[in-house]
Amino acid sequence: MGAEMALPPHDIMRLTIANDRERLFNDDSLWLCLTCETCSARCPNDVDPARVIDALRELAAGEGAEHAPRNIRAFHESFLEQIRSTGRLSEVGLIMQYKLRSGALLQDVAVAPAMLRRGKLPLRPQRIAGVGEVKALMAACERERGARAAPAAGGAAAPGAGATGGHHNGEDAR
Amino acid sequence: MTLAYYPGCSMHGTSREYEESLLAVAAALELGLTEIADWSCCGASSAHAADHLLGVALPARNLALAEAQGADEVLAPCAACYNRLSGAVHAVAEEPGMAAKVPEVLGRAFANSVRVLSIVELLQGLAPVIEERVAARLEPNPLEHLNIAAYWGCLLVRPAAITGFDDAERPTGMDDVISACSANPVSWNMAVECCGGAFSVSRTSSVLRLSRAIIEDARHCGADAILAACPLCHANLDFRQSAMSLRGEPPMPVLYITQLVGLALGLPMAALGFERHFVDTQPLFARLAREAEKAAAAAAERDAAKAARAAAKAGAS
Repeated sequence: MGAEMALPPHDIMRLTIANDRERLFNDDSLWLCLTCETCSARCPNDVDPARVIDALRELAAGEGAEHAPRNIRAFHESFLEQIRSTGRLSEVGLIMQYKLRSGALLQDVAVAPAMLRRGKLPLRPQRIAGVGEVKALMAACERERGARAAPAAGGAAAPGAGATGGHHNGEDAR
Repeated sequence: MTLAYYPGCSMHGTSREYEESLLAVAAALELGLTEIADWSCCGASSAHAADHLLGVALPARNLALAEAQGADEVLAPCAACYNRLSGAVHAVAEEPGMAAKVPEVLGRAFANSVRVLSIVELLQGLAPVIEERVAARLEPNPLEHLNIAAYWGCLLVRPAAITGFDDAERPTGMDDVISACSANPVSWNMAVECCGGAFSVSRTSSVLRLSRAIIEDARHCGADAILAACPLCHANLDFRQSAMSLRGEPPMPVLYITQLVGLALGLPMAALGFERHFVDTQPLFARLAREAEKAAAAAAERDAAKAARAAAKAGAS
């Protein structure tokens, strides 16, 4: 995906070293990364840009500075919502939710019958017995993230704490 | 050794034929796969993009369930699931604090004692058995005429420190499986390039660009088909292929690695789910069968001529 990124991985690394949040977070390049890990595998200096990009996305989200393109954000949010509600991913449920969130209502409508004919779209989602456990696990991770974003010094452990708190903390975390 | 099986969500939906062919092969080779009871989604690309801990905890729940079931190894045939599961094993072992944090958020005991196995490792280990079965078959073998490009993609082979295949740029495991099946691995350039993965839905244009380049290179290098070991790669290369303007070239069939092994073992086509593909595989198999018959006829003719010569020689002396 490097070819479609205004800031390819090496630029992202340079801007991260310079702590240029403005250019990093006001661009959709971070969200165009598919974590194919090609950059990390081929880096002659053993740097791991894929992991850095993941961390930057998390930081940006914590600062409310997320510039993910609507479709990509809609996809990720719908995906996690599916897991939260059934414990597994129903591909049909994912597509339906994605359409509602992204507004791409008509996308791929024409191929649905062909998918169904091939038995590839089970319409009934598989809800696991441990769905409550999965939900609790996801909530626990969210609490942890909130605690990381709001340091002990500030005291407020709520997720998405103020941008300044996140900013300060981000520097500690490089 | 107890081998647990983690299907992952796609195997029950868009990649049903991957599971069908896997289970058929597992039965034929008497592998004894035990599905992890009440498994949950591994979080795929979406969990780790949002939160690192979530990207570890979601797959770890399944590893903890496998442990509780008494498994030593977990087979994760989907490349994305394999990547997340083995990534979680690595993160819990290597990252400070993770070994304590993960059981806490899971609310379960978790000793991180299970090894995660990819489909390639499993089948590569079974290559001698597959080879033996192929050699024992009597009829003309169409697979000897199949030139196929092993497509690894990203998540099966990277990061190399975790997946541990022989070479991050030119891994050979899938080629070993192809050779064991008596087919011919093609040498090509795109084996570890990305197909566009999870952008299949949210950024289809990127997927069409990346996947088209993969198909074109396979064709350019003489492949009759592409071999995949990932539901997402398969969807992008097979289901999305009709939307790529491939300049009037014939469609390129994309087979799952378990479908190829199933064919090599002589399992019936119907058990392997080929009818679920979007690119029709029948023209390819019909052509291979014709070539196999032709080769068998030519060999028989050669043998007959040789026998006749020998008889003539015996008669003359």
